[in-house]
Amino acid sequence: MPEVTYLRPENIQDAVQLYRTTPGCRLLAGGTDLMVMLHAGTLRPQPRAVLDVWSLRELKGVRRVGDALEIGAAESYTGIIRSADANRYVPALVAAARTIGAAQIQNRGTLGGNLANASPAGDTLPVLLAYDAVVVTDRRTIRIDNFFLGYRKTALQADELITAVRVPLDRDVVFRKVGTRAAQAISKIVMAVCRAPARVAVGSVAEVPMRAGGAERALAEGDVAGAVGAVAADIRPIDDVRSTADYRRAVTQNVLRELLDAFTRE
Amino acid sequence: MRFTLNGRSVTYEASGARRLLDVLREDLGATGTKEGCGEGECGACSVLIDGEVVDSCLVAVGQVEGCEVVTVEGLAEGTELSALQQAFINYGAAQCGICTPGMLLAAHVLLQRPDRLSADDVREGLAGNLCRCTGYTKIIEAVLSCRK
Amino acid sequence: MVSRSPIGQSVPRREGVAKVTGAAKYTDDLVIVGAWYGKTVRSTIAAGRLRAISLDPAFDWSRVVVVTAADIPGENVVHLIRDDQPVLARVGGDIRHKEEPILLLAAPERGTLEAAARHVRMEYEPSTPVYDLDGALEVYSTIQITKGDVDSVQGEVIERTFKVGLQEQLYIEPQGAIAIPEPGGAIRIIGSLQCPYYVHRALKRALKLSDAQAIVVQAETGGGFGGKEEYPSMVAIHAALLARKAGRPVRLIYDRHEDLAATTKRHPGVIRHRTTVKKDGTLLAQDIEIVLDGGGYCTLTPVVLSRAAIHAAGAYSCPNVRIRARAVATNTPPNGAFRGFGAPQSLFAAELMVEHAAGRLGMSSVDLRRKWMLRLGDTTATGQKLTESVGSELVLDAALKAAATVQPSNRPTVRRGRGLSLVFHGSGFTGSGEKKLQGTIGFEALADGTFRILTASTEIGQGTKTIFCQLAADALGVSLDRVTLAPQDTSLVPDSGPTVASRTAMIVGRLVQDAAAEVQQRLARGEQPPIAIQKSYIQPDSLSWDETNYRGDAYPIYAWACTIADVDVDMITGEVRVTDLVTAVDCGKALHPVMAEGQIEGGSLQAVGWATIEEIKMKDGAYQNDRLATYLIPTALDAPRIRTILVENPYSRGPFGAKGIGELPMDGPAPAILAAIHDATGVWLDEVPATPEKVLAACASR
Repeated sequence: MPEVTYLRPENIQDAVQLYRTTPGCRLLAGGTDLMVMLHAGTLRPQPRAVLDVWSLRELKGVRRVGDALEIGAAESYTGIIRSADANRYVPALVAAARTIGAAQIQNRGTLGGNLANASPAGDTLPVLLAYDAVVVTDRRTIRIDNFFLGYRKTALQADELITAVRVPLDRDVVFRKVGTRAAQAISKIVMAVCRAPARVAVGSVAEVPMRAGGAERALAEGDVAGAVGAVAADIRPIDDVRSTADYRRAVTQNVLRELLDAFTRE
Repeated sequence: MRFTLNGRSVTYEASGARRLLDVLREDLGATGTKEGCGEGECGACSVLIDGEVVDSCLVAVGQVEGCEVVTVEGLAEGTELSALQQAFINYGAAQCGICTPGMLLAAHVLLQRPDRLSADDVREGLAGNLCRCTGYTKIIEAVLSCRK
Repeated sequence: MVSRSPIGQSVPRREGVAKVTGAAKYTDDLVIVGAWYGKTVRSTIAAGRLRAISLDPAFDWSRVVVVTAADIPGENVVHLIRDDQPVLARVGGDIRHKEEPILLLAAPERGTLEAAARHVRMEYEPSTPVYDLDGALEVYSTIQITKGDVDSVQGEVIERTFKVGLQEQLYIEPQGAIAIPEPGGAIRIIGSLQCPYYVHRALKRALKLSDAQAIVVQAETGGGFGGKEEYPSMVAIHAALLARKAGRPVRLIYDRHEDLAATTKRHPGVIRHRTTVKKDGTLLAQDIEIVLDGGGYCTLTPVVLSRAAIHAAGAYSCPNVRIRARAVATNTPPNGAFRGFGAPQSLFAAELMVEHAAGRLGMSSVDLRRKWMLRLGDTTATGQKLTESVGSELVLDAALKAAATVQPSNRPTVRRGRGLSLVFHGSGFTGSGEKKLQGTIGFEALADGTFRILTASTEIGQGTKTIFCQLAADALGVSLDRVTLAPQDTSLVPDSGPTVASRTAMIVGRLVQDAAAEVQQRLARGEQPPIAIQKSYIQPDSLSWDETNYRGDAYPIYAWACTIADVDVDMITGEVRVTDLVTAVDCGKALHPVMAEGQIEGGSLQAVGWATIEEIKMKDGAYQNDRLATYLIPTALDAPRIRTILVENPYSRGPFGAKGIGELPMDGPAPAILAAIHDATGVWLDEVPATPEKVLAACASR
């Protein structure tokens, strides 16, 4: 395999420019996905260069911007977990970040990476869906609802760079991940729920992180039992190496019931 | 590019996309850092970058430009073991020893925290370092013994 | 004279400083100038014939060494028991499993090597693979153990079938060996291995080398657990063939994916029990059938089956026992040694049968165990009379005493439960194994006042080096720092036998002790160093084993363990969290208490993993869980609190009474956990791993 060029822009403008003009270029942030695939030689097409955006100041940080919390695309999960603002305004996202990998992964993994990879099992993605987050890129904003187009396929253009994620401040979201073990586990199901507006977002139960429309409609009418019943038909889980469709369906319902009961108790 | 490794300045001239793990083991002769999986799952390749524990199999060497990298070889002061290393010996926290370098670095970071450490805190802090020999029991005892 | 013996002291690990400073050199840490990298190209079909191998002429092969079966100077066999496993599949020959090695490559850089591998093509003539046990291709081994007459017995009958799953040893250091050609046609192997002489014998056969030409050296080894008992012979032969053809050293180091996909696993299988009891709880008969899956080649399967069969009736005294065990071939990668070696599988079933019997009888299973357990003077299923050091009731009482009161769950969706198991494990080789092996060590008094132990027993984390030095220092009456060990190098040390079967401290340690004592006596009589002696195992006359009828003294001694497991079962997800494990272990004598505990803690967690999350799914004869992201072992956050109680009930022939305990910790936790799940939820599962999918489905169908 020909050697891969390492590019490290000094600022976001250079990064955007290099990304647009360098053929066969992959973005490198925390490397928790890219470096594995690079080493295993499984990236298709094989990259000619990696563009390191990890250290760009413009992509770091957690700060209030208007009535949203803006999180830099290359901010680490640890940075999110340690942020007082994140804990105050988006505790479900903090909860999700804490379930990703373990210390080593949290110190390097990023929202930008989680979004761009668009794995259906991405742990933060249902949370962002439940919050009605907005993906900010170098050229526009994309509502999270419109971000996931298919299996590992996003609305991003080929040379488009995610710069931040904006999350509304006024949502009350709860989260649960079910994985094979307590740390370092890809989820079997991962769910985030917002009571109002009604949002039921689930990962690992379809080819994309998805919103369960039927469950949301029932929830919007205050019908908890209806929501739990409807979510089974909303999702399209499969049997895979980690789990089974039957299990995922049963647990999705059980977890939704548990999370909605928690809202009722509050 | 330049970075410091265990306090010494290092100048590196080959490809920045090379894994930090390979640069350490093959180019710099620092074989204390181990490869257990190459996927960021086992933590045997853990190193510290600017005081944070990361899997060096997931870091491109270009990314440590200007950073302070610490490996297991940097924990002792010459021939004097750190309190944590000595505790690992005293408590039997190392059996086959292959996970030990990564485990020591992750534990070292935990011990930098000023607040109290419970056994559960230690378990969470070491959750990214797999051990197959010890059942983790004596590792946790060794780490807690350093924070009284 | 030293005032305080190190025996029973938890002295610092002999190689501990090297391990905590990163100075310890494992195989891949070694710098060998001029070495090339090696790679194995493997079958992508599970069954059939290899028709052709073609190397793409468009690729530049000038800097690549290619080895096929045609390059094997000796026999194309990885020598072990049946000698059915080829080193490399030959053109025109059979393929019996996916990942079967076909071709070897070596090149100066990894990039060239990977590119070369992409330019090799195999042509196969596939045939229909056989995966299920009932349609098996052939039977590797059958064993029948008979005591009394099960068919003549009448009573209350309890029948149950159990399934046990594959398990990967998951040593954190993957397999690897470096082969270095040396003058006179010699080949030196430096590798991650447990048994230098197994590799030595296999290397001689395949490479047609003399004893002196084959040199096998164990490097610091990052875990074995049986996974590096026999498999390293394959790696070593492959590396040697490449080195021989390349005329230079070759490093053959597996990455984790290859290690998971291609190397041996714990034998899975099915175990059926039919137990007959009286209404008062008296155990009348045990009728047991075991079928183990050996995979595509025989490897150690007959010995695994043997241990499984001998332990199948559990730690209980029963007048009528019939155990019919067979191991069969399927078109899956060959299975092999993993701590416990058949006993965890059969004891899993035996222990759960006690629970089911207790349930049927309306008795507590602890009371039933007291009624049934083997005691001093009792006879096992093979007719072995237990004449000393029976720890059954000691460990049961110790575990029960130590277990804390169960605190009720404070979460409405989490149910808490407790389960117990009582197991035993034969220490040392089965039957006449030790006698045939005649394990030998060397012991020297050197002119400089130090002493040296020469043994092929390897340190793989369990403390071999430390414990041997303790035994020698004690017998000599000198300080520990006066005792050293020769490297585990076949050109330097005799064959002490493999580092397996819970024999190292008990059998080989006893030889070290005896040798040191003999040298001490000679020195005391005025003899001057250098003194060099050898000591070989001598089978005691009192032990006798009938291999044909499988009767007699199966093991020199057994060790017992009682495990109490506490679990939290999340009724929303079916997840089972083992929160606490208390284990009392009958170790004879704890030569090094911390290391003894370490074996128990580590082995117990491996068993917890096997019982809960270590699942391997097969698809078309290949493991789907072939990366560390998909084969999951417990992290520190998953591990229970483990408390160990060492019970010392000496065995007359062990050093200071010590019995082998390396594998015993693997036997107890799984059935205790399943009993705990039942206690928490009311459902019985009959297989491991007891995954959340199975737990949830069982609870739902209740």
